Amino acid sequence: MKNWPLWEVFIRSKNGLEHRHCGSLHASDATMALENARDVYTRRMEGVSIWVVPSTEITASNPDDNAEFFEPASDKIYRHPTFYELPDELKHM
Amino acid sequence: MSDREVKNLEEMFDAKIARDEKIEPKDWMPEKYRQTHIRQMSQHAHSEIVGMLPEGNWISRAPSLKRKVALLAKIQDEAGHGLYLYSATETLGISREELYEQLHSGKAKYSSIFNYPTLTWADMGAIGWLVDGAAIINQVPLCSTSFGPYARAMVRVCKEESFHQRQGFQIIMTLAEGSQEQKEMAQDALNRWWWPSLMMLGPLDAESIHTEQSMKWKLKRKSNDDLRQQFIDQTVPQAEMIGLTIPDPDLKWNEEKQSYDFGEMNWDEFWQVVKGHGPCNKERISARVNAWENGKWVRDAAMAYAEKQENKVVKQAI
Repeated sequence: MKNWPLWEVFIRSKNGLEHRHCGSLHASDATMALENARDVYTRRMEGVSIWVVPSTEITASNPDDNAEFFEPASDKIYRHPTFYELPDELKHM
Repeated sequence: MSDREVKNLEEMFDAKIARDEKIEPKDWMPEKYRQTHIRQMSQHAHSEIVGMLPEGNWISRAPSLKRKVALLAKIQDEAGHGLYLYSATETLGISREELYEQLHSGKAKYSSIFNYPTLTWADMGAIGWLVDGAAIINQVPLCSTSFGPYARAMVRVCKEESFHQRQGFQIIMTLAEGSQEQKEMAQDALNRWWWPSLMMLGPLDAESIHTEQSMKWKLKRKSNDDLRQQFIDQTVPQAEMIGLTIPDPDLKWNEEKQSYDFGEMNWDEFWQVVKGHGPCNKERISARVNAWENGKWVRDAAMAYAEKQENKVVKQAI
């Protein structure tokens, strides 16, 4: 018989905040994954909402390619407000 | 990859750790880093899981409902800690089944302190106070270790661990303030758990084979001897406060170094227990193996049910 698949767990700690990855666990299906996530990761009211995602469904970028992959952003300092030098008189901008 | 390229990568890797940058699972890492982390993290996970057994012995015999729910919550935390650590270890490319197999076959170790029996209720106090106390000292520095998933798991573990120590100390304190018989029970537990707790912090620095490399990788931030001294200095006044005596005739305050001198530990006993000859080694492992084997039909049934449900959905879609 197959082993229980791995699920990634994401928790929203309170409304207004995003779901955040907090770890993974094994479960036979999504319902069990949710219940296990509740027992493993929210024993002290750490969450108001849980997402579970089969780990195999996640496509991740490869850190070995980081230099090329993130290169398009690296030379565009004009995307930052500090690139624009303005007179000091201009207080709030 | 040529040797030269590997060396280059290793230098970049070491520099990254020296700059306090974290290593994440898909980053390049030296094979030795991976293996050392699998060994240490899985050993840590196994310790949490096996560590439930000595305490499980007392759930049904806790002296009050309050003590019982606290003990249950503590043991449930340990299961949680084991699971955080197993899942962090799996990010290094080893499966949960392989990890269990290593524990069950005796290839992987766990903290040898859990091979001692829990003879009285006072042992629940001593374990929380001393064993969890020593564990906290060991674990706090790991919150800033170099491997990201391990560091993050340790932050969660440490947050939860402080309740364990406090509930243990309160058990011991209550007994120490009780009848003569209860006080003796508390002292007896301290007598039995003191030395194993000291040795739990690892072999003497002079005999520790992993320390130097582990320091470089921030798997260790303080040496075993330093951790042990910290534990003793913090625990002795706590024992005095509740009128118990540390079972060490050589224990003495050293004014000059502002800490305690202490007697020699029985390392022969330590190594005997590590090698499998402690009072409960066989019992602990057989409890784990039985739980795994006798639970197989449940795991299979759950998987069969999940597959059946999935097939239903597929059929409906057609």
